[in-house]
Amino acid sequence: MDLFSHLALGFGVALTPINLLYALIGALVGTLIGVLPGIGPVATIAMLLPTTYALQPVSALIMLAGIYYGAQYGGSTTSILLNMPGETSSAVTCLDGYQMARKGQAGAALAIAALGSFFAGCVATVFVATVAVPLSELALKFGPAEYCSLMILGLIGAVVLAHGSLLKAIAMVVLGLLLGLVGTDVNSGAARFAFGVPELIDGLGVVSVAMGLFGFAEILTNLESTEKRELITAKIGGLWLTMQQFKEAWPAVLRGTGIGSILGLLPGGGAMLASFGAYALEKKIAKDPSRFGKGAIQGVAGPESANNAGAQTSFIPLLTLGIPENAVMALMVGAMTIHNIQPGPQVMTSNPSLFWGLVVSMWVGNLMLVVLNLPLIGIWIKLLTVPYRVLYPAILLFCAIGVYSISNASFDVAQTAVFGALGLVFFKLECEPAPLLLGFVLGPMMEENLRRAMLLSRGDPTVFFTRPISAGMLIAAAALLLLIVAPNFRKKREEAFAEGET
Amino acid sequence: MAFIRHPKDFFAGLIFIAFGLAAIIIGSNYSLGSAARMGPGYFPRILGILLVALGAALSLRALKIKGDPLPRWYWKPILVVLGSVIAFGMLVTHLGLVLSTVGLVVASSAASPEFRPKEALISGILFAALAAGVFIFGLNLQLPLWPWSN
Repeated sequence: MDLFSHLALGFGVALTPINLLYALIGALVGTLIGVLPGIGPVATIAMLLPTTYALQPVSALIMLAGIYYGAQYGGSTTSILLNMPGETSSAVTCLDGYQMARKGQAGAALAIAALGSFFAGCVATVFVATVAVPLSELALKFGPAEYCSLMILGLIGAVVLAHGSLLKAIAMVVLGLLLGLVGTDVNSGAARFAFGVPELIDGLGVVSVAMGLFGFAEILTNLESTEKRELITAKIGGLWLTMQQFKEAWPAVLRGTGIGSILGLLPGGGAMLASFGAYALEKKIAKDPSRFGKGAIQGVAGPESANNAGAQTSFIPLLTLGIPENAVMALMVGAMTIHNIQPGPQVMTSNPSLFWGLVVSMWVGNLMLVVLNLPLIGIWIKLLTVPYRVLYPAILLFCAIGVYSISNASFDVAQTAVFGALGLVFFKLECEPAPLLLGFVLGPMMEENLRRAMLLSRGDPTVFFTRPISAGMLIAAAALLLLIVAPNFRKKREEAFAEGET
Repeated sequence: MAFIRHPKDFFAGLIFIAFGLAAIIIGSNYSLGSAARMGPGYFPRILGILLVALGAALSLRALKIKGDPLPRWYWKPILVVLGSVIAFGMLVTHLGLVLSTVGLVVASSAASPEFRPKEALISGILFAALAAGVFIFGLNLQLPLWPWSN
């Protein structure tokens, strides 16, 4: 089968009324939480994951994916109109988008954000479809040793590209791997770290962990500050671009799409890294960089295209290799396992309608977003007038019902609360929760592959270095680590020298 | 404790050490097996040792490099929010979705510095209606609506 027949299959699945409906729901919910600060896609997907039990697997994945890229659209709206990023991936859009709004060009900024996102979404869909087949064919040749090394590379990459302390992030990954081992060991049947609690024998729930660390911890931190949200009623103006603006913006859209698609592929990448990368690129190649921060349309067009492209291409490692590269993808693993689908290269061959349906639904969802969102902006902005003191109990309620309904267990709710407290502690100590969630999802997979690799090599650990692909991945992981250590090391040395001179 | 120059890193390190030690100690009951045939205790042991080492490195480094002081810890929102969520989980099958929703919304609202009891009650009732509509009638969740619906 070639690309076109794959896409045709995908359209056949994505365009059924029920899947169109779920793509729409996902896109709308995504936009909603993208607009609202204080709740991100990770917490939302965790919240809605339990409700997807009853759905067909493909509908469930289509809806959850819609939340992620829908959030990229919503996030840009508040960045532009209110100088307040609804999502971290739209933080850079504030810089120039809000300045454009102050100059009365809010409509143009919103239009280029939406059109750029849509263009990026189209390109990224084709990109996913082209790259996925060869990558999964490659992945099918991987043995357990390769998988183990690939996971190490993925985790290291996620840690290196995340911000914050490297040492803490690695420790969070290891802690996540450990937490992932709670429950019955598949090989021996022994219950590990279950403390005789029957609920723990099945392991900790990915929904509880994600909802606690991301959702509850966020609410708890927001409640500490009494900072009032300022509401500015910006005039949107005409939702169209002048010829001049279009001419300025389209190369930035192209560049943003390109860099976003690539940064989305990297472990630890995704929407946020893509938008920051694109902004930096636009600023670097601009003839007059001083215009940035003062309402340059390229500063909106580039990052907004990039975050959408990145959100979509970050599905590639998950769908082809079975390796999640960011917290959202870690939850998608959870969603797939709920429906008894083991993420990995075999998904494409054993379940082609699911795979291609999901890919095409991203394009369909983007089309819906661009058509629906521009007219709906007024409604989204109205939602922001709902004060946080009313909003957060509602978020808590939906979280509590969602997590309870997974297995009708009060224990799961309490477990989520515990992770909420833990998440707050980690937030205060500046430990990023995303590496922990990645480790948590990969823990059992990593142990299984390590076991098999060592069994095949009869206990000889050098197998990871003698198999060329595995060795290459480990070398890449080591190189990444060195890369981040080196400049820090140099800077420290320079500081030490500077101190010595004075 | 003036010798701790980076309290955030120091305490984060202690937490990692604690988790690592717990994994090693609790995991010592599980059979290790051999490298070729790993038992259930093998991988946890590796991770535990790694976590202790990383935590120790973090804590020791915190004695040398400087960092910000620990931020304040607010007990009220934590206890109120998490307490009301846990209570919701335990009570929902007994009280039904409607009453426990009103309870959760009103109780958790009290954690906000801008708490307004009347507003919280009204939004509690509205959310109860919404939750009943979405989860019980829409998604067919197996939850009682009222205390007597069991």
